[in-house]
Amino acid sequence: MPLDRAQVVHIAALARIGISDDEIDAYAGQLSDIIDQFEVLNELDTTGVEPAGHAGELRAVMRDDAPADSLSPDEALSNAPRREGEFFRVNAVLDE
Amino acid sequence: MPEHNWLSIQEARDLLARREVSSVELTRACLERIETVEDSVGSFITLTPELALSQAEAADSMLANRTPEQANASPLTGIPMQVKDVLCTKGVPTTCASRMLADYVPVYNSTVVDKLFRRGAVMLGKGNMDEFAMGSSCENSAFHPTHNPWDTTRVPGGSSGGAAAAVASGEAIYSLGSDTGGSVRQPAALCGVVGLKPSYGLVSRYGLVAYASSLDQIGPIGRTVADCALVLDSIAGHDPRDATSLPITASDFTADLDMGLEGIRLGIPGEYFTEGIEEGVKHAVDEAITTLEGLGASVREVSLPSTKYALACYYLIAPSECSANLARYDGVKYGYSDQQADDMWGAMEQTRRYGFGPEVTRRIMLGTFALSAGYYDAYYLKAQQARTLIRRDFAEVFETVDALVTPTSPVVAFPIGEKADHPVQMYLIDVCTLPVNIAGLPGLSVPCGFSDGLPVGMQLIGPHLSEPTLLRIGHTYEQATEWHTQQPAL
Repeated sequence: MPLDRAQVVHIAALARIGISDDEIDAYAGQLSDIIDQFEVLNELDTTGVEPAGHAGELRAVMRDDAPADSLSPDEALSNAPRREGEFFRVNAVLDE
Repeated sequence: MPEHNWLSIQEARDLLARREVSSVELTRACLERIETVEDSVGSFITLTPELALSQAEAADSMLANRTPEQANASPLTGIPMQVKDVLCTKGVPTTCASRMLADYVPVYNSTVVDKLFRRGAVMLGKGNMDEFAMGSSCENSAFHPTHNPWDTTRVPGGSSGGAAAAVASGEAIYSLGSDTGGSVRQPAALCGVVGLKPSYGLVSRYGLVAYASSLDQIGPIGRTVADCALVLDSIAGHDPRDATSLPITASDFTADLDMGLEGIRLGIPGEYFTEGIEEGVKHAVDEAITTLEGLGASVREVSLPSTKYALACYYLIAPSECSANLARYDGVKYGYSDQQADDMWGAMEQTRRYGFGPEVTRRIMLGTFALSAGYYDAYYLKAQQARTLIRRDFAEVFETVDALVTPTSPVVAFPIGEKADHPVQMYLIDVCTLPVNIAGLPGLSVPCGFSDGLPVGMQLIGPHLSEPTLLRIGHTYEQATEWHTQQPAL
C-alpha cells in the first residue's frame, strides 16, 4: 500500500483537515487505491517532454492600473463568521 | 406544440416574439412543473420563484417595446433557466452543495450570470451538484441527491446533475453547468439532453467557485444543440476579470448550424471504445456514426495512444489544483467556521473537517500528497508531462480530421449508491470526457439513443475553438434523429 497511517496523518496536517483515528485507516486504504492508478504513468517515457501547466498557451496578462469601484468594507465583510469593526476577527496567531 | 415548460429556447423565443406567450406564463409553467416533480427529481438546492417572476415581468416589459427582429436578436430574454450552485449569484445563496458554504451569499454575480441577467434571463433557482463540483453522480451533494428523470432510482450523473435533470424533467428550459472533467457532458448524456463544454478560455470563469482552475469551464445544458449555441452566444467572450479568458470577440455560434456535413471528416478513436464500455452504449454510438456517415461525413479510424494515461493525469492535476484552491476555506473570511477550538490551527482543522464532505477531503488530501516534498517530481510533474503528450496526440489527429466521435460515458445511468463508496470505480466513468479538459478542447454531448430505456450520449470533440463545427455536426445529426425529442415518463 503506497500510503501508511503516518503519511495520512502528515498529509491531513499539511492540508489542515482534522481526521479521527478510524478515518486514518479508511483514507489510507482509499487514497492508496487511487495512487495505485497512477503507476501507469511510469510506463510513459517523458524524457525531454515539457510539462504543461495549463490548457492553453501561458501568457502574462497586463492591464492598465486604473482605479475602479470595488466592494465596500461592509460588502467584503458581509459573509465574515466573526467581525470586529472593519476587520475579520481571528483567534490569536502567536502564543503569548 | 409542447407544453410551455417543454419548449426549446428557439420555440419559446418565437412565441415570445409573436406575443403568443408571455415570460410570466413560461415562468409559471416551469414553476408548476417544479411543484409537481421536484420531490422526485431534486434538481434544485435553492428555488427563487419570486426573483423569477419579477425577472419575467421585467422581460415582458422589455419585449413589449421591441420589434420581433429585436426580440430575435436577444433570444434569452424572458426564458426560464437554472444556474448550477457553483456560480455566484448576488444576494442568492451559492452553496456549492457544501456544508462549508451552506450560508454563503455572494455580493457579486459571476460574469456568465451577469451577462444572462443583462439579456433578460429568468432564473428559477440554483442547481444541485456534487460538492464543489467533485463527483460524477450528484450523490456528493451535502444536501440531497438528485434523481435521474428517466429512472428515479438512478443517478443523473455529475457533477452538474441538477442542471441536466432540470432540463430533462421539464423544470427549466436550459441551465448552466460547469465542466472540469466531464461535469456538463456526462450528466447531459445520462439524462438524455445536450451539454457543451466550451474551449478553455472562451467563457469567463469569474465568479465560478474554483475547483481546478486549469480545467474548469462553464457550459450550457439544453434540449437542442441550437439552444446550446444560443446560450454560448450570450456567455462567451473576453472578460478582463478572468486572466485566462481569451482576448477574442465571440463569434455567432448559430451561423454554421445548417451547413450540413459535406466535407466533414470524422475520426473514431479506438481507445474510447474498449475498456468498460457497455454493449448498449457501444451499439448506440456505432449507429450514430453510421447515421453521420449517411448524412455526408467521411469517417476514419484514428488513434490517440496516450488516452490510457488521461485518468492518472487528471486525478493528479485536478486534486493538486483543488488542494490549493480550497485552502481558502479557513473559517475566517466566509463560510462555515468552527468556534469551539480556542487556537487558530485547531479551529481551522475543525472547520475543514466538518465543512468538507468525504470526496472533497479525499481530493484535497490527494493533491496535498502529490504536491508534497519528495513526491512532486514523481507525480505532479509527471502528470504535467503526460498532459503535454495528451495535447500532442489531439493536435496530431486534428491534422487529418475535423472532429472525433466517442461515447460521452462508457455506461448509462447507474443505481444510486452503487459506486458511492468506490472512488476509483466512480472516477473511471469519466474516462471519455477527462482528456478533453486536459487538452482544453471543446466537447459536445448529444443524445444518440437508449440502452435498456436509459439515454446514451455521443461526444463530439474538436480542436480548440472549433465550437461552430461541433455544433454544426451535432445539429445536423439531431435534425435527422428523434432522440432529443423523447421525454421521460415522470
